[in-house]
Amino acid sequence: MSALLDVKNLRVSFPTPRGPVEVVRGVSFTLGRERLGIVGESGSGKSMTGRSILKLVRAPGKVTADRLSFDGIELTAQSERQMRAIRGARISMVMQDPKFSLNPVMTIGEQIAEALLTHQTLPRSEIRARVFAMLESVRINDPERVAKLYPHEVSGGMGQRVMIAMMLIPEPDLLIADEPTSALDVSVQAQVLDIINEQIVGKGMGLILISHDLNLVASYCDRILVMYRGEVVEACKASELGQTKHPYTRGLLAAMPRIDENRDELPVLDRSAWATA
Amino acid sequence: MTAISLKNLDISYGHTQITHGVTLDIAAGASFALVGESGSGKSTVLKAIAGLAPQWKGDIAVNGKPRSHGIDRGFSKMCQMVFQDPYGSLHPRKTIDTTLSEPLDIHGIGNQGKRVEETMAAVGLDRRFRFRFPHQLSGGQRQRVAIARALMLEPRILLLDEPTSALDVSVQAEILNLLKRLRREQGLTYLMVTHNLPVVSFLCDRLAVMRGGRIVEVADVAQLKAGTLVDPYSRELLAANKGHALESA
Ligand SMILES: Nc1ncnc2c1ncn2[C@@H]1O[C@H](COP(=O)(O)OP(=O)(O)OP(=O)(O)O)[C@@H](O)[C@H]1O
Ligand SMILES: Nc1ncnc2c1ncn2[C@@H]1O[C@H](COP(=O)(O)OP(=O)(O)OP(=O)(O)O)[C@@H](O)[C@H]1O
Ligand SMILES: [Mg+2]
Ligand SMILES: [Mg+2]
Repeated sequence: MSALLDVKNLRVSFPTPRGPVEVVRGVSFTLGRERLGIVGESGSGKSMTGRSILKLVRAPGKVTADRLSFDGIELTAQSERQMRAIRGARISMVMQDPKFSLNPVMTIGEQIAEALLTHQTLPRSEIRARVFAMLESVRINDPERVAKLYPHEVSGGMGQRVMIAMMLIPEPDLLIADEPTSALDVSVQAQVLDIINEQIVGKGMGLILISHDLNLVASYCDRILVMYRGEVVEACKASELGQTKHPYTRGLLAAMPRIDENRDELPVLDRSAWATA
Repeated sequence: MTAISLKNLDISYGHTQITHGVTLDIAAGASFALVGESGSGKSTVLKAIAGLAPQWKGDIAVNGKPRSHGIDRGFSKMCQMVFQDPYGSLHPRKTIDTTLSEPLDIHGIGNQGKRVEETMAAVGLDRRFRFRFPHQLSGGQRQRVAIARALMLEPRILLLDEPTSALDVSVQAEILNLLKRLRREQGLTYLMVTHNLPVVSFLCDRLAVMRGGRIVEVADVAQLKAGTLVDPYSRELLAANKGHALESA
């Protein structure tokens, strides 16, 4: 069986006065209809990797890859118009910056309806019902009120859930979720991730979950990639993340505070120790 | 002395009342956490204190002075807010340098270049980011800029809205250590909104739990650490937190 997504030697670079700087440096992985987590410190290239798959890296950023194929389609060879047909309908991405990616002059309800209609037509009454049901499933308890609000009128966590609703409603084959729940309290976070999980497993979708929260990827993914400075430094089963021997991953684990925290200072990463050349 | 005092605070947006009778006293030098349900009104409370949600009834006093309903210049030297959304809060066309110098300009403070460099170093931002624009930074880098901007005027009180939720754990640890050190060295007062209970354990000494616009419990952090919060909703949060703590070897 061929993979849903096959990425080989992905590179992203930005021009600087001192020449181009690579922020993703030869990332390769394959993804089936499974859940892949990407973790790593800030600036390690997680979001750029996700955006590259949808060809959403803005100029002057430059993306190259030996292979970037999705369900047999070579994405690098697709035109912008062809990509628009793939985005949303087949691959959707929950961006790290929800309010940035919501349209400020459209209500929440209109935007979710628009996402629903990307590749089908439905009668009005059904659109309304589907939009409300979707909002409810991401634990927004008063969908009628919230559907009428504009993005600046919802709380941080509500904005994230609206984005998730928009990305799930067209039922794509692959969902890329970049820090989708960073603004949610643990209890809503668990509920929302369960919803995503149900859809992924139930409909046989693929998921790339980008997060700096190691607990979260460990409990919601099958496999994990750890990125550092644009490279994948470790790949493991999610269940093995707690036992990892890699110094970088261990450093990340130690840096997390615990609920019974008594340390006066948290250990931080000594980046010089395993800097790649 | 009381740094922040809220009495029977009802905050509304238009016809929708968001908070109901919020009452809190935060001592000078304390680090106080506000946790609770998404949409329960936590950011709204901080915004009202900062003058950004002007439609409220009740009392707000900062350092003993009652707060008016509008924006107040002197207030911004005393109290600064770090916003939940680091994307919306940074001006897209201004370089980091401009963003950080601006508050100094407004208050006629000199020696700007040096202050900018020192503060960037304090929040762990490399100097090469100084003349970049926000879209050229990663999510975590932008949040560090937002924290640096709040620190520029050396305020006595910081209102922190999810200051580390966009950060990876190693940068989070750096920022938490920084906040802890600043508080110790400069006697700062924090009112911090977060959904991360371990962060509360590390940085705060008291917490309030909010749900549906009301405070359901105020407790010492010792109770959080021991798992002895009493309100049913607080206990639900504790249980959800336990649910996904990683078993590390
Ligand atoms: N337009 C740009 N010009 C130059 N460098 C950029 C630009 N956009 C991003 N970068 C750099 O690319 C690197 C990777 O960014 P990316 O957003 O992928 O990080 P990330 O792993 O998602 O981090 P975070 O956890 O903070 O979101 C960062 O160091 C960032 O500063
Ligand atoms: N400008 C506004 N106009 C109308 N309603 C608003 C506005 N801003 C916020 N609200 C509403 O106020 C309520 C509380 O929002 P707030 O941002 O304070 O929540 P929060 O507790 O900070 O949640 P989160 O943890 O998700 O950030 C929400 O129901 C939201 O829809
Ligand atoms: Mg990112
Ligand atoms: Mg909020």
